[in-house]
Amino acid sequence: MAVNPDNYGLRLFVRYLVLCLIALIFIFPLVFMINSSFKPDSQLLADTSSLRAFLPVGDISLNNYFGAFRRAPVGLFVLNSVLVTGTTVLLSLLICSLAAFSFAFLRWKGRDVLLSIVIATLIIPFETIAIPLLLLVSKLPWIGLDGLHWGWLNTYRVQIVPWIADGLTIFLFVQYFKALPGELIEASRVEGANWWQVYYRVVMPLSGPVLATAAILKFLVMYNQYLWPLIVVQQESYRPVMVGLGYFFQLNVAWGEVMAYLTLITVPVLIFYLLLQRAFIASIASTGVKG
Amino acid sequence: MKLTKHLTGVVIASTCLCAPALAQTRLTMWYHGAGNEVESRILNQIISDFNTSQSDWTVTIESFPEKSYNDSVAAAALAGNLPDILDVDGPVMPNWAWAGYLQPLPIDESEFADFLPGTKGVWDGKLYSVGLWDAAVALFARQSTLDELGLRKPTLDKPWSREEFTAALDAAKASGKYEFALDLGMNDQAEWYSYAFSPFLQSFGGDIVDRSTYKTAEGALNGEAAQAFGKWWQSLFSGGYAPGTSEDPADQQTGFIGGKFAFQWNGNWRAVATMEAVDDVVFLPAPDFGAGNKIGAGSWQFGVSAKSKHPEGAAEFIKFAAQDKYLAAFSDGIGLIPPTPSAAQMTKNYSGGPLAVFFDLSKAQALVRPVTPGYVVQAKVFTKALADIANGADVADTLDAAVDEIDADIESNSGYGHR
Repeated sequence: MAVNPDNYGLRLFVRYLVLCLIALIFIFPLVFMINSSFKPDSQLLADTSSLRAFLPVGDISLNNYFGAFRRAPVGLFVLNSVLVTGTTVLLSLLICSLAAFSFAFLRWKGRDVLLSIVIATLIIPFETIAIPLLLLVSKLPWIGLDGLHWGWLNTYRVQIVPWIADGLTIFLFVQYFKALPGELIEASRVEGANWWQVYYRVVMPLSGPVLATAAILKFLVMYNQYLWPLIVVQQESYRPVMVGLGYFFQLNVAWGEVMAYLTLITVPVLIFYLLLQRAFIASIASTGVKG
Repeated sequence: MKLTKHLTGVVIASTCLCAPALAQTRLTMWYHGAGNEVESRILNQIISDFNTSQSDWTVTIESFPEKSYNDSVAAAALAGNLPDILDVDGPVMPNWAWAGYLQPLPIDESEFADFLPGTKGVWDGKLYSVGLWDAAVALFARQSTLDELGLRKPTLDKPWSREEFTAALDAAKASGKYEFALDLGMNDQAEWYSYAFSPFLQSFGGDIVDRSTYKTAEGALNGEAAQAFGKWWQSLFSGGYAPGTSEDPADQQTGFIGGKFAFQWNGNWRAVATMEAVDDVVFLPAPDFGAGNKIGAGSWQFGVSAKSKHPEGAAEFIKFAAQDKYLAAFSDGIGLIPPTPSAAQMTKNYSGGPLAVFFDLSKAQALVRPVTPGYVVQAKVFTKALADIANGADVADTLDAAVDEIDADIESNSGYGHR
């Protein structure tokens, strides 16, 4: 069937127009947040009923950013979140990919049952295990420079360790590993590679897309942590960004400072996404998993 | 030899100088005001003054965001990680005392004899907590609005009756000058509903729970008076007098000031900002719907954690913080009501100043929220019921359902210790 070039162009135009409109719906909240972070509260609130809310017009300044830094230790919160998130993501990629490698390539008794149990943990909401986990970590031992301690509360490790391994990440790796050509693994084994060498010389170099997907999903979960740090961290020095957001909700809410804080804490997320953007898009195509 | 003598002298001297500091026992304190610069500055000053005023105790503070403070305390109690001194919201205090988070204050109640009643947390006949301020709600209006609409200015002695209040709303609505006659702050569905609106119910003669036994809400929340309140409450929204539950969150800050509303039901924490923006603002007492005019009472207070090994030290700090000069400093800083008349005299806003009316309102009208551990659940049930009624739900059915839910909660907690 012949394609009418004019109709094709029109269809393309309409398609892009619709896509742009949908994209605008997603972008508007971000535009609102960033623009509002430069406006005084009175103007910010007055602008909400008009398109001015999305435009950097009127009394524009950095005062809200200065105010946000006065109100809360923003840098400390971002540093804490980046540290906890970064460490957890790295450890999670290592531990979960190793576990998945074992499930996908090694033959051992009870493997399928255990994999089923791991996948079944996906349906358990975190809220249901939060309290037992709290009781557990509050009694765990730790040997530090100053000797043996009991209890992990008010530390970085209590925010990291319980989140390293999870069913979804292991499942993602298992699915991806199973789709890799079996001949590669067999050839490596025939050539004399041990399983560890197969893992880090053959499988992992081919796993860029799933690493990116798992990293981004874990990053989002960790960076957005609220309930867990709320109950296990009482000291300000270990608080992450989402708990820190509460500093801005007083009886009289300083909305401009809220927007400035939100803009500041969004920056690490955007940087992380931009760094892994290509691999993430590739992973959507190959694994079908979206964040 | 000379060097050795010098060194020995230095060591002895430094040991002597450090001795008081080393002897001080550390007390930990948790506070709900993280992010509140003014409160933090005043509280840090009090702590600094206390730490240098004596040699037995040194207080260290950890501040939490208010919205998540109660959850943090509950989690810490589970993990056995509570501090010595706890900051507690007045109406939540009975729950924390009942749950074993707090112990009675080892201070004679007579030390706080002149404190406003709402600033003292009493449960089971014992004093558990003391507040350094109180809060009050009033009807914000413009004198020019009252004049234009031909309305009498209500006073504490002669507040508006239900008919007068209705007539005022009718007049504001008929004037066509306002988007709504009244702003109630309906978007805030946290504890605001029970704090700000249950006094209306109490002024009708009802209540959230039967205070004579605290074992049921039957009759109090669904009796004749409560039904009358529910119908009046619903009429505010069905009649177009007030915006409903989807109200813009910014309205409490800008709605009255911007002329969107003729009247606003708001707290004294918004009074200073409103006075700065509205020259002729007046703060009116709550209307009397038949059983007296009421407003809520009870704000944040200090108590001693049940786990504290040094309750006497914690009590020393609380007594120290309750000095008039600090009460006045808090009032000047955040605009809230100083608990004592002598502290009020030391403030710029309450010693005959523009906010003095709030002290009088609090003294004359204030009614603490139900003093029961079950209040934390009852407040949520009450909030949902009022939101549902505002959205058009059947009044009788909704109140009956609320009573059932409250009674079931009381029963499942074996009466919350009420005898």
